[in-house]
Amino acid sequence: MNSAVTVEWKAICSVDDVLPGTGVGVRLPSGQAALFRTRDGNFYALDNMDPFSHANVLSRGLLGSLGDKRVVASPLYKQHFELETGQCIEDDSVKLTVYPVRVQGDVIELATPA
Amino acid sequence: MAKQQLLLIGHGMVGQRYLESLVAQGGREHFDITVLCAEPLPAYDRVGLTSYFSGKTADDLSLVPEGFFEEHDITLKLNTKVDAIDRAAKTVTTNTGESLPYDKVVLATGSYPFVPPIPGNDRDNCFVYRTIDDLDAMIAASKTGKVGTVVGGGLLGLEAAKALHDLGLETHVVEFAPRLMAVQVDDFGGGLLKDKIQELGVTVHTSTGTQDIVDGEHCTHRMNFGDDQHLETDVIVFSAGIRPQDELGRACELAIGERGGIVVNNHCVTSDEHIYAIGEVALWEGRIFGLVAPGYQMAEVAAEHLMGKAEQEFAGADMSTKLKLMGVDVASIGDAHGNTPGCRSTVFMDQTAGVYKKAVISECGKKLLGAVLVGDAADYGNLLQLCLNEMDLPGDPSALVAPMSDGAPLLGADALPDTAQICSCNNVSKGDLCAAIDGGAQTVGDLKACTKASATCGGCSALVKQVLDSELEKRGVEVNNHICEHFAYSRQEIYHLVRVGQITTFDELLEKHGSGDGCDICKPTVANVLASCWNDWVLNKPHAGLQDTNDYFLGNMQRDGTYSIVPRVAGGEITPDKLIVLGEVAKQYDLYTKITGGQRVDLFGARVEQLPEIWKILVDAGFETGHAYGKSLRTVKSCVGSTWCRYGVKDSVGTAIQVEDRYKGLRSPHKIKMAVSGCTRECAEAQSKDVGVIATEKGWNLYVCGNGGMRPRHADLFASDLTDEQLIKTIDRFLMFYIKTADRLQRTSVWLENLEGGLDYLKDVILNDSLGMGDELEAQMQHVIETYQCEWKSTIEDPQAVKRFNHFINETAEADDNLAYVRERGQRRPAYEHERIELVEEA
Repeated sequence: MNSAVTVEWKAICSVDDVLPGTGVGVRLPSGQAALFRTRDGNFYALDNMDPFSHANVLSRGLLGSLGDKRVVASPLYKQHFELETGQCIEDDSVKLTVYPVRVQGDVIELATPA
Repeated sequence: MAKQQLLLIGHGMVGQRYLESLVAQGGREHFDITVLCAEPLPAYDRVGLTSYFSGKTADDLSLVPEGFFEEHDITLKLNTKVDAIDRAAKTVTTNTGESLPYDKVVLATGSYPFVPPIPGNDRDNCFVYRTIDDLDAMIAASKTGKVGTVVGGGLLGLEAAKALHDLGLETHVVEFAPRLMAVQVDDFGGGLLKDKIQELGVTVHTSTGTQDIVDGEHCTHRMNFGDDQHLETDVIVFSAGIRPQDELGRACELAIGERGGIVVNNHCVTSDEHIYAIGEVALWEGRIFGLVAPGYQMAEVAAEHLMGKAEQEFAGADMSTKLKLMGVDVASIGDAHGNTPGCRSTVFMDQTAGVYKKAVISECGKKLLGAVLVGDAADYGNLLQLCLNEMDLPGDPSALVAPMSDGAPLLGADALPDTAQICSCNNVSKGDLCAAIDGGAQTVGDLKACTKASATCGGCSALVKQVLDSELEKRGVEVNNHICEHFAYSRQEIYHLVRVGQITTFDELLEKHGSGDGCDICKPTVANVLASCWNDWVLNKPHAGLQDTNDYFLGNMQRDGTYSIVPRVAGGEITPDKLIVLGEVAKQYDLYTKITGGQRVDLFGARVEQLPEIWKILVDAGFETGHAYGKSLRTVKSCVGSTWCRYGVKDSVGTAIQVEDRYKGLRSPHKIKMAVSGCTRECAEAQSKDVGVIATEKGWNLYVCGNGGMRPRHADLFASDLTDEQLIKTIDRFLMFYIKTADRLQRTSVWLENLEGGLDYLKDVILNDSLGMGDELEAQMQHVIETYQCEWKSTIEDPQAVKRFNHFINETAEADDNLAYVRERGQRRPAYEHERIELVEEA
């Protein structure tokens, strides 16, 4: 582990607040994130801002898989972003920030740069 | 160099094709083109003239693409008849007194109907069957008459008989020859055709000559035949063949055939090198070609020659035909009468089923020379190709006509050479289709759009489809209509799996029939199919995560991530009080307000967390969701109809509201739009809708599969004079059959164009219940209607669902702080990117 980077874990909501297969928007001190819960119960978080429309809408995108990649599709112009890496499938030059997520008991926490 | 003057005299089907061919070759760069048309209308589909009686309008029949003359800067002079051509001065004079100079003239004056020299043939209510004016006159005469008679039992005569029959007249056909369609079919075929047509209520008199026409006792006319026989009739239509309209050529002393027709060479040039003749006025090697396909070929040849290309020559034309006469299939191929020395025939006849087939085989027994088909012309395409391409017969000749014999030699599209002509109307070969497929065409619709194959009479559409399928397969294109990588099924198959397997959730379907996690293609598709079948609330937990954002938030997401709100205003009828509620809500939330094309009000700019509170106000005021966000019924537009309009025939608003209330909430492969017009003035524009209803004095006319938008399509007349009850029943079945069989995001217009068998098949299924599924379709629709709920009402009553509308899960009171607006024309709209930067700088 690189001890030079410190992160701050922030409690967001309870597990039950997010339906499997959907996303929610998250207010961060630095901006907005989209928090997703996949069908199998894993959590991921990316920027909420869609880089193609500049609207804060990615939390409202549809989740799914393309091959072995888990993705969210932008609800506006339908580009796909990998949940693990933030990489845009349709445009190599576009990559979203990924926020680490962990579940502490019933609470979901997001890591933001301290 | 100055442009040359080109005059086209006559603007019929062939004339229009000539213009299209010429402009496609860049003819406008060398010629100023003027079209002189004696008729009051530009080119229309004369082949489809009979459909004018079954509800098509002159506009429907028009062959001229909108804006064609303006785009290509061609001068069109309607109502302008050419009186004379002065070949020495190179001018023409017209009935309007104009004198026009020319460098080249193209004569496309067509033909005129031959009226036999019977005394009395010029009495009132005696017509020919040629132009839309003739048809209008027949329609007017039919209003007062009871009996109508056609003189001539050929192809056009029987078309005219159908027209009289459709106009509600007791109809007779009088034919001098011993059988109907003497040119195309033989005695047996003609006899069977006569039986079938008489069954339909038309009386046929063969071997009957008319001696004179005099005043009748019960009707307007009495037609006296020989042997003291006579017939009383009110309307007479002469359809006894055509004669070339060649007076202009005669008057200026062009070479004319003995029995008429302007003589042309292989390039359609007349005896004057500056004058061409094409179509039915042209006489080539002693023959006049009375079909449109050879006329089109002449048009192409003449246009190429004018442009200095002489490779293509007119080389005669195949006169094979296939048509449906009053519902009876008739086809004639090649040497139908067996005139070739040494030929032999093999015949199949079934009088009970009303089918007659004859194949004329060469002396060697290896080649098909000709055929006659009556009652069942399904084999036409195969037999025509065998005959035209002089292919060796695949086996026993009798199998060509034998019904369902094992191993009947079905000629695959594969066996055809590239030169085989698939579409004779537009001269499209198999090679042309293959080139289009190489160029990316993937559907019959694509091929139709880029090659015009099957775009005129549609007779070859089944063959076009066969060629497409076999060629795609050959190219290793897996003809794959799977909706996505998670389901190896088409939408239609998924619908079937859901229905038959009683599957109620996406997870269940994925587990049984799919793989992976699903995606943004299959999830909304399956959600939509589940809703079409079981009509569960779309935001129920198992379904919520499947919905595209519009369905998830029950609004249409706009470019800044906010939503629009469209309450249902059934039929476009709204009380002032409810209109005021909309205005007050818009004012309170500062929503941009616009009237939609579907006669409702669209309120833009609601943030996601505002949606439930706004809808609470609307629902409390009696509004329901308008489903503007769903692949579902949108609106039923209406004109005010008999409620107020002095021309209104029926209550179009009432019917529109009834129809909208019936189908509201119905989820379908794509959005559905409808309209109801209260009279034939059609103010609701019903013929541009998926389902259009037009009131007539006798009931409702139903049109289907129209479309506006990106690919406009005129709706087809589906059924006439329906009662209220029949109308609803027919729409029920139509919509459910569409939902059952369409592809994902396929509007009804494209669906119909790709439906094998087309409109006739659809009519058979819906109106004649040929698949025996009418009751089932109606029951399925009944279920959807009975389980309707307003999705917004259900949502605001469920606190858990309302919670999902917060923009932030952790700061529920906060709104998206990234929105920026500009005021324009008194309302707000989202800032564009450059304005946004300015706004931020100002702040």
